[in-house]
Amino acid sequence: MLELRAITAGYDRRAPAVRDASLTVAPGEAVGLLGPSGCGKSTLAKVAALLHRPDAGTLLVDGTRVRHWRHRAPRALRTAFGVVFQQPRLAADPRLRLADLIAEPLRATGRREDVRDRVPELAGTVGLTTDLLTRRPHEVSDGQLQRACLARALVLRPRWLICDEMTAMLDASTTAALVAVVEDYRASTGAGLLAVGHDRTLLNRWCDRTVHWDAVTSGAAEKTGGGEPAGHVTR
Amino acid sequence: MTERPPVLSVRGLSVRFLMPGGRRVAAVTDAHFDVAPGECLALIGESGCGKSVLASALLGLLPANARTAGQARLGDLDLLTADERTLARTVRGRRIGLVPQSPAAHLTPVRTIRSQLEETVAELTGVRGRTALRAAAEQAAARAEFPAGHLDRYPHELSGGLAQRAATALALVGDAPLLLADEPTTGLDRDLVDRTVDELRRHVDTDGDRALLMITHDLAAAERIADRVAVMYAGRIVELADATAFFGTPGPRHPYSRGLLEALPDRAFTPIPGLPPELGDLPDGCAFAARCPRATDACTALPPFTGSVACHHPAPADRAAATEDIRA
Repeated sequence: MLELRAITAGYDRRAPAVRDASLTVAPGEAVGLLGPSGCGKSTLAKVAALLHRPDAGTLLVDGTRVRHWRHRAPRALRTAFGVVFQQPRLAADPRLRLADLIAEPLRATGRREDVRDRVPELAGTVGLTTDLLTRRPHEVSDGQLQRACLARALVLRPRWLICDEMTAMLDASTTAALVAVVEDYRASTGAGLLAVGHDRTLLNRWCDRTVHWDAVTSGAAEKTGGGEPAGHVTR
Repeated sequence: MTERPPVLSVRGLSVRFLMPGGRRVAAVTDAHFDVAPGECLALIGESGCGKSVLASALLGLLPANARTAGQARLGDLDLLTADERTLARTVRGRRIGLVPQSPAAHLTPVRTIRSQLEETVAELTGVRGRTALRAAAEQAAARAEFPAGHLDRYPHELSGGLAQRAATALALVGDAPLLLADEPTTGLDRDLVDRTVDELRRHVDTDGDRALLMITHDLAAAERIADRVAVMYAGRIVELADATAFFGTPGPRHPYSRGLLEALPDRAFTPIPGLPPELGDLPDGCAFAARCPRATDACTALPPFTGSVACHHPAPADRAAATEDIRA
């Protein structure tokens, strides 16, 4: 269970971007978070991915409170999360070939020996050809780069996926393809998903339930959806 | 009703990029289309299919390693052969208004919206004098529904929607007969997308002589305002259709267009299998054959563009036959 309780967060304590937001994602559950641009949903996504320390409130992962935040949470906790951002160009190191981009989390966590098997396996999963893996970000399209970013998010087999506007820059076919990859991964691993976005049609189609930003910040999301996870709890 | 000449007429437009090592990238190949006065043509396709290169070609903004062929006539001027001086002094802003992809990057960050509008007004309309300029700039802002109270703000102080309106206001100043919108809604939320494209449509409707060419991968935005749709795949226009027929019944005729629509979350939500081919390494025949459910041996030959579709086995054009086709 991923629980955000009364989270207040932002970049200026006097004017927080997120005020008193509560949201729960059960294992295996796909939750869509809908909100207009500028409402603070991306900040909350960063908190949920343990990348941004909240100013107030509690975060629990499987019942354990996340402690020892510095700028972000300790790495041992963060590796359970895969994150995909809106703009692949800003999320990918321009100097890395796509193969190295996908392998980076493995190297960073000292699992170098897994690179040889995992990278081709994931490239196949997200539909990238071997030829594309040798290229750098400026040599591929936005859609191809986002495929690589999704592969990178899955490489450590995360138990939680946070997708912040993953498909906002993409065409319809690439959108459907990437959502299918996420759903296949979730079906085989039982991972939970928080998908943040502004496209109601897309999130309703993709997720088990969608919550609106207003419900998250007023506490209503907890009362209606939090108690009864719609997904399959795996253990 | 007499047929008025098209605002823009593109014939056989091709763009090649010469790469190091003698490689050639076929970004746009043999594009044919017209945009009529009062019409909105939406050019749709996946990212990387050559849409934006086509826009750059029309504005004469291609990089030095690009080679063009064919014609793109704007009135009596061929945009592809016109020299830089003509393009800079008579075309950009004056005969083609560009609504940019990212207004945040298009606006000068160190000057207020008012100052940028006044400069554009002075440059394009010749209005002189402080008070006259001020009034003209405010009028220009009002045309794009940019609130006068925000004129003294800098671009970073504006929301995405207001920045988009500021960019639109700049594009409208020159009263250009052709508005060229290159992905005007990328990254905006749905409400803002609707509002932005509605405003673009309004600028075409209020002045019946103006035409809009909107380049987008947002099918919902295209459905909302377009009269006609051109679908681009791997640098070629593979289908040119009436928007009502395309988005309604009988639906698109090219298998690629069908696949794009079926990928939408309110339709089948199934992706087209595979990836588009590399523009530097296109197959000899139909570029879509490798991903196409209808592909046959015939597809090793390049399908000719028949006026509405470039496919060896398109879906039938009329409604009865289309229903038949779905059953089969």
